[in-house]
Amino acid sequence: MNSFWIYLLILAGSTYLIRAIPFAAVKQKITNRFVRSFLYYIPYTVLAAMTFPAALYATGNIYAAAAGLLVGAVFAVLEKGLTVVAVASCITVFAAEALL
Amino acid sequence: MKSFTRGIKSGVAIGLGYLSVSFSFGILAVGFGFSWWQALLISMTTLTSAGQLAGINIMAASGGYIEMLISQITVNIRYSFMSVSLSQKTSDEFKGIKRWLLGFFMTDEIFAVASAQNEVDTKFFAGLSVMPYIGWSLGTLSGALLGNILPQSVMNALCLAIYGMFVAIIAPVAKKSLKLFAVIAFAVALSCAFYYIPFLSKNVPSGLAISICAVAAAVLGALLFPKSEEAENE
Repeated sequence: MNSFWIYLLILAGSTYLIRAIPFAAVKQKITNRFVRSFLYYIPYTVLAAMTFPAALYATGNIYAAAAGLLVGAVFAVLEKGLTVVAVASCITVFAAEALL
Repeated sequence: MKSFTRGIKSGVAIGLGYLSVSFSFGILAVGFGFSWWQALLISMTTLTSAGQLAGINIMAASGGYIEMLISQITVNIRYSFMSVSLSQKTSDEFKGIKRWLLGFFMTDEIFAVASAQNEVDTKFFAGLSVMPYIGWSLGTLSGALLGNILPQSVMNALCLAIYGMFVAIIAPVAKKSLKLFAVIAFAVALSCAFYYIPFLSKNVPSGLAISICAVAAAVLGALLFPKSEEAENE
């Protein structure tokens, strides 16, 4: 008989420790150039890998999603800020799905 | 206090995105047979999308505790890299118990916004975590209680919010650095391979695929285009 509480403990506990241990443990500035470079690139590669191609299938329609991403990218290149870009993407998807 | 309110503002877009994503998690969890308070509790204690989804799948199938642990480690290992990465950008006072407490909030999006700063202090990071946490909890609760009350077209549109936000983080930096653009392109190409090649998409869980693509591309970037100390804050 598996208990919800034990599942929850494993789920929440392991997720927390994976995040907190490295955050608390690494106290010094890392000087190794390779590691520093790796850590510089990692945020962007994580986001890129999460966005493409998954975002294309996040809405009901692949073309609407592509249009939303494209409009978002234009606003993003113009440096309009996170909220504006996110809202512009959503409105584009909503409009595109209504039209298609 | 200025830093804290600046953090809250920076977290609004994440909170909105989370609201829609966790809304679908709430619907899904109730569909799997969980009560609303269980779905809410999972979201409030775990605060992650892919991991929670994998988690309720295993619980619903009465999977083993070890299976739960292994799936969480593979899906979430990317957070360890993010934590190490952000540890290099924190201000001097952001350490010890503060890191143990705030490390809980190291989500993909909070990390991404925080690492776009030159320096991250405790108050900014704490402020940044507020709206995402509220959005994630509230979204789960509403999804679990209200189910499909929003029209599908609105739900569909909201689903892109989180990705729009990712694009907003990547694009301004990528347009300034051709090297970073190349590294990102490689990550995307790899990610597409994991998505479209049937053998890979069937056998590699998506959370793990993201970790593999991100690490491989970052290693390639570090080998081909190592950053010099001065250029890092640009």
